[in-house]
Amino acid sequence: MVQAEPECPEVLYIDLQLVHEVTSPQAFSGLRSRGLRVRRPDRTLATVDHIIPTHDRSLPIQDPLAVSLMAELRKNCEEFGVPFHDMTSGREGIVHVIGPELGLTQPGMTIVCGDSHTSTHGAFGALAFGIGSSEVEHVLATQCLLQSRPKTFEVRVDGQLRPGVSAKDIILALIARIGIGGATGHTLEYTGSAIRSLSMEERMTVCNMSIEAGARAGLVSPDDTTFQYLAGRRFAPREFDKAVAEWRRLPTDEGARFHRAITLDASSLEPMVTYGTNPGMGAAVTARIPTPSEMASANEREALEKALIYMGLKPGQPLLGQPIDVVFIGSCTNSRLSDLRAAASVLRGRKVHPRLRVLVVPGSQRVKRDAESEGLDRIFLEAGCEWREPGCSMCIAMNGDQLSPGQYAVSTSNRNFEGRQGQGGRTFLASPLTAAASAIEGAIADARRYLT
Amino acid sequence: MVALPNRDVDTDQIIPARFLKGTVKTGLGKVLFADWRYLPDGSPKEDFQLNRPEAARARVLVAGDNFGCGSSREHAPWALLDYGIRAIISTSFADIFQNNALKNGLLPIVVDPTVHRELLEMASKHGEIEIDLPNQILQLPDGRTIGFTIEGFARRCLLDGVDQLGYLIGSADAISAYEATHEPRVSTL
Repeated sequence: MVQAEPECPEVLYIDLQLVHEVTSPQAFSGLRSRGLRVRRPDRTLATVDHIIPTHDRSLPIQDPLAVSLMAELRKNCEEFGVPFHDMTSGREGIVHVIGPELGLTQPGMTIVCGDSHTSTHGAFGALAFGIGSSEVEHVLATQCLLQSRPKTFEVRVDGQLRPGVSAKDIILALIARIGIGGATGHTLEYTGSAIRSLSMEERMTVCNMSIEAGARAGLVSPDDTTFQYLAGRRFAPREFDKAVAEWRRLPTDEGARFHRAITLDASSLEPMVTYGTNPGMGAAVTARIPTPSEMASANEREALEKALIYMGLKPGQPLLGQPIDVVFIGSCTNSRLSDLRAAASVLRGRKVHPRLRVLVVPGSQRVKRDAESEGLDRIFLEAGCEWREPGCSMCIAMNGDQLSPGQYAVSTSNRNFEGRQGQGGRTFLASPLTAAASAIEGAIADARRYLT
Repeated sequence: MVALPNRDVDTDQIIPARFLKGTVKTGLGKVLFADWRYLPDGSPKEDFQLNRPEAARARVLVAGDNFGCGSSREHAPWALLDYGIRAIISTSFADIFQNNALKNGLLPIVVDPTVHRELLEMASKHGEIEIDLPNQILQLPDGRTIGFTIEGFARRCLLDGVDQLGYLIGSADAISAYEATHEPRVSTL
C-alpha cells in the first residue's frame, strides 16, 4: 500500500504486470499521447497469446488484423523497453502459464493483467486480478492502481477427491453452487485439506476460474508445495531460503474471520460438466439437465430456458451420451503439463471418435517441449488428435481456431458463453479427463470408465 | 430508456471477441451486442430490443442482474458509450465491468429489486428518467425520486473532471518512497 488518503481509494503498488496483445494497444497509445514512459519495465512482461495462430509457426498468418495487432505490441514493447516474449522466441505462451513457469509469480506479490483470468496467479498466495485497458495504462505509467478493499470469502474444501475427479471439478462444482455472480465484490481464499493436497498446477486451475463466480481474485495460502514448485525456476529469488522464510509468514491466521464462507466436501464431488451458457450452469456428468420448473425463481427459469434453446438441449435430458463435434484441450485453465498427462492417460492406446476434431493446445512452448520429451505428443497424434502450437486458441476463438455455428464442443477452457468458442458454437466445460473420454466416445462421457 | 432484462449478460455478448482486434477505443457501437443484434447475413434482428426504432435514442439501459460478467475487455463500455448509452441500471454489476465503466464515464447504477422491476417495465415501454449524479437521485416521471450511490472518489472524478491517472501521477513521491523501501524480488529484464 503506497498511500491511503481519506475519501480516496487506496493506492496499491503492483509488483508485476503481464501484458498481451489484445487489451494493451489503447493503454500504450494513452501513454504516448500524454508523453509518459513505462515506469517499471523491469516489473512488466509482454507476450502474444490471444490472437496467435496455433498452426506451424513458420506458416504465414492469414488474418491481417492479427498480424497488425501483434506488430503493434512488438512496436510498443520496443518503444517503451518492455521485455517481450514474441511468437518465435520459443518462450511464448499464455500469460497465465508463462508467469508461473518462469517463477515470476511469487507469494505475497500483487499481480495484474488486462485479462480476467489473472486470478490464476492467486494459487501462489499472490493477490492477482484482471483489469481493463485504462488500468493497464495506469500501471504502466505509475506501477500503481487505485483500489478499494474487496470483502473476503472462504471456500473450504475438505476430504479427498475420488479417482477421476479433478481440480476442475472442484471449481465447476463451486460455481454451480454459488452461481456466476456468487462471489462478486469478494476475494476468494481456498482452504481445507483437499486444497492443501492439490499440486500447484491444480491450484492454478481452481484459482483461474474464481472470476467465473464473480470474484476478481482467488487465492491459496503458500506452503511447501508452493516453495518446491518455485525452487530453481528462472526468476525464483536468488536468496531463496530467505524468501521462503518471509513467505512462511504470509498465510492467513488460523481462525481468521471472513465476510462469507462455504464448505465443499471433496469426497462427494463427481466429474462436472456444464450444460448451459454460463459456467454456473453445471452438473455432475451422470446427472440430467435440470428442468426450468425446478428453478427457484422466475428469473433463473427464464435464464435456463434461454440457455437450453441456444444449446439445443432438452430439459431433463441426460448429459452422458450427448453427441459432440469437437474436443478442445487447452486454455489458461487446463493446458499445463499435468493436464496433458491426464488427458493422455485416457487416450493412450485408444482412438478418438472418427467424427470428431480434437485439438490439444499446450499452454506454452515450455509445456510443449516438456510434453514432447515424455512422448505425450505421440500419444495424442496416434489417437487422432491435433498437436498444436501454444496460445489461447479455441478458448476465445480469435485466432481462427473456432467452432462452426451449431457445433458442440467439450472444452477444458473456462467459458461457455454464447459464441465464446465461435459464433453459434455450443460449449460443455469439463476437465481434461472428461474431455479425453468424450473424445473417444464422440459424446459426453464419464472418464472413470477409462481409469486403470 | 431501453430494457434488456436478461440476467448475467457477459461481456462476450456485449462485444464478441472477434471485434477486439483493433487498436483504438472508438467506433465499436456498431458491433455492440453483435450476435444478438444481427442475423448471420448482417441484417438487424427486428425483435431485439436495441433494434426497435423507439430505442434508437436511448441513453439509459435497464439491464438484468449481474450485468457485465466475464471477460475484462474495456471494449464493452467503449461499445456501449459509442452506441449512445450513458448509464446502466441493474441490481448488480460484475466488478471489472463496473470499474471499466466508471473509468469511461458510463454510470453503473445499482437499485433494489423492487425498483428494478418497475424500471424494467418502464424501460420496456421506452419511458424516460432523469439521472441527477451530484445528488445521486433518479427522478421518475411521476415525481418520485430514488436514491443511488456512486462511490465517492469515482463520483468526484466524474463531476469534477478529476483524472485518475493524473491523480496517481501526482502521488509520484509516495510511489518513489514506497519503491525505496520495497526492493523488487524479481526483475523481468
